[in-house]
Amino acid sequence: MSTQTDMMERISRSTRSLTTGVDTNDVKNWVTIHIMGRAYEVPADLTIMTAMEFAGYKLIRSCGCRQGFCGACATVFRREGEYKLETALACQTRVEDGMSLVQIPFVPAGAASYDVAEERYAFSVFSKYYPEVDRCVSCNTCTKACPQDLEVMDYIQAAIRGDFEALTEGSFDCIQCGLCALRCPAEIAQYHVGQLGRRMYGRHGSPEPDHLRTRLEEIERGDFEDALNELVGASQEKLTKLYAARERESD
Amino acid sequence: MAEKTVITSADREFHERIVALSGQALTMCDQCGTCTASCPMINEMDVMPSQLMRMVQLGDAGVLETKTMWLCASCFACTVRCPRGLDLSKVAEALRQVTLRKAIDRIDIRQIPAEEFEELPQIALVGALRKLTG
Amino acid sequence: MTQDNDHASREERGESKTGGLKLPYYPGCTLKTTARNLEDSALAVADALGIELVELPRWNCCGVVASLTDDDLMRHMGPVRNFIRVQEMNSTGLVEDELRLVALCSMCFNTLKQTNKRMHERPKDLKSINDLMYREEDYRGEVEVVHFLEILREIEPERIAGLVSDPLEGLKVAPYYGCTLLRPKGIGIDDPERPTAQDDLIRLLGATVVDNPRKTVCCGSYQTDDNKDAVANLAYDILTHARAAGADVVTTFCPLCAFNLDNRQRVVMERHPDFEPMPVLYLTQLMALAFGFGEEACRFDLNYTDPREVLEASRLVREGS
Repeated sequence: MSTQTDMMERISRSTRSLTTGVDTNDVKNWVTIHIMGRAYEVPADLTIMTAMEFAGYKLIRSCGCRQGFCGACATVFRREGEYKLETALACQTRVEDGMSLVQIPFVPAGAASYDVAEERYAFSVFSKYYPEVDRCVSCNTCTKACPQDLEVMDYIQAAIRGDFEALTEGSFDCIQCGLCALRCPAEIAQYHVGQLGRRMYGRHGSPEPDHLRTRLEEIERGDFEDALNELVGASQEKLTKLYAARERESD
Repeated sequence: MAEKTVITSADREFHERIVALSGQALTMCDQCGTCTASCPMINEMDVMPSQLMRMVQLGDAGVLETKTMWLCASCFACTVRCPRGLDLSKVAEALRQVTLRKAIDRIDIRQIPAEEFEELPQIALVGALRKLTG
Repeated sequence: MTQDNDHASREERGESKTGGLKLPYYPGCTLKTTARNLEDSALAVADALGIELVELPRWNCCGVVASLTDDDLMRHMGPVRNFIRVQEMNSTGLVEDELRLVALCSMCFNTLKQTNKRMHERPKDLKSINDLMYREEDYRGEVEVVHFLEILREIEPERIAGLVSDPLEGLKVAPYYGCTLLRPKGIGIDDPERPTAQDDLIRLLGATVVDNPRKTVCCGSYQTDDNKDAVANLAYDILTHARAAGADVVTTFCPLCAFNLDNRQRVVMERHPDFEPMPVLYLTQLMALAFGFGEEACRFDLNYTDPREVLEASRLVREGS
């Protein structure tokens, strides 16, 4: 427990300077942001995530990879004096003066249970598991909500049309943050629809990788048994020699 | 002796609401019954289209409990035949919307059996969801 | 925009607009899947007539049936977005100076046209929608929504008759019109009580038109999801009247009518054991057949009630007699 507190303290302290050894007195640019309605002064160069930690928040939800890949840190904000609702990933977005934000750690949207191998490769698979997809009114709110700049409406329309390939291409970079589903007036969970579509395409639509099948046959045939057994039975010395002499790109 | 129909202010409010939502001058309906004679879904309905119009004219919110507006197929037969130029399909839509806008759906799409979904074309699903869910 | 003005502007644009024509084409979701028989046959027929139907890029679902409340704007966004695509097609050169949008599906046609009419009648609504869709260019209100039958109607009958290599003499056809092609007034393309648009074309193919008094009665539309029985009763009524009039086949121009009259025959037979299956075809499938096209254009494989036997039988009668 205390190790965890120590860790949080260290993170909190470390984000108080821009680089190691810099005092907060040396920070030239400060901005005021509102986190859940409360004002904080934070260094202008911080991301929303590190700014929240600077302000003293210890993030145990809505915080994941810190690299813009996991979709945990979905954030919704408004700029001062503007009515437009913006979305962002907290770990990837710099704070702005006057920003008023809140995090959305979780969006409730039950994922359906299915076996893509058993399903018919047709649009009806969406009607079966996510029939609300046909409620889409093409308002484009989902696209506006997407922090990954995906054309969400387009891939949902592809689902309605039964165009699995277009859906896969359009939804490929989806990180399942859930913001689209939260804002959708038709109550569609776009990312679940995308997931189903990509799985179907992978199973039924995309070309089969011949090299994979060949490799599996080789493995089952036992082509690599001897080489594997040799490695497993090798001494520490031999392994070290083999490792040092391994094939790799030059430095 | 004839029964007296009392129209309350709540009735009037309901009437006005449907007038606004449908954009139709409901008092123009003279109960000729042409809409009823034209309607393809008449056999399933509990209240006839012309009776539905009468109820709305009187501001009777009990019309929301009937099946009639949910059985409408938006075929516009009543619309082209009404001698008064009233658009009954819009009145039916307005009545549906009063309930749907309270987030009370008429059909629960997830109750439709999976085998049906294997057959139903998108056009049937989109239409039903547009008219029968909010 | 009244009907009369529409015709005037077409004439102003010059004669023989139907030769070497490139038209923006709106398919609608169902034509890409279960109603491929409508799309494939129509594209083949259009091609033979020198018409290229250029599919709208990035089109979205129109959202049948048209939104009918006075205050709703959101459900008109989808159609307006499609109209903007027509504008874009013109600026990117996919089509040239062509603002007509052709739909094959009667329901899509109706839904798109109703929204267009509203945008024309209420500039304030159009402005609100344009403001809401700030990521798109503004819809300027100039698109004209047209049903494929209207395009066919403008072609000189001799041209169509000239393409008939396999006249369908002996085939008795009961055209079914349904609702969205004909109603409401100002949207429909024909007389809602006595339509003839399909009839004329059928005669050009050499076939005989028989009149079904139920040809403008609704098939039940989207009630087919929840009220299969009601739809089955309507289908039974419509199709038995067609048979009583002497029809061999029924033609339609709407994927939902086709589903309710064709696929739902299974339900009809459960409830009416005396019912005799009736082939239901898209009119363009019949045209493709008469033009001598093969199965890739006719796509009878997608019809629930296989029409091939009936079509063959009538052909044998022709060749035999």
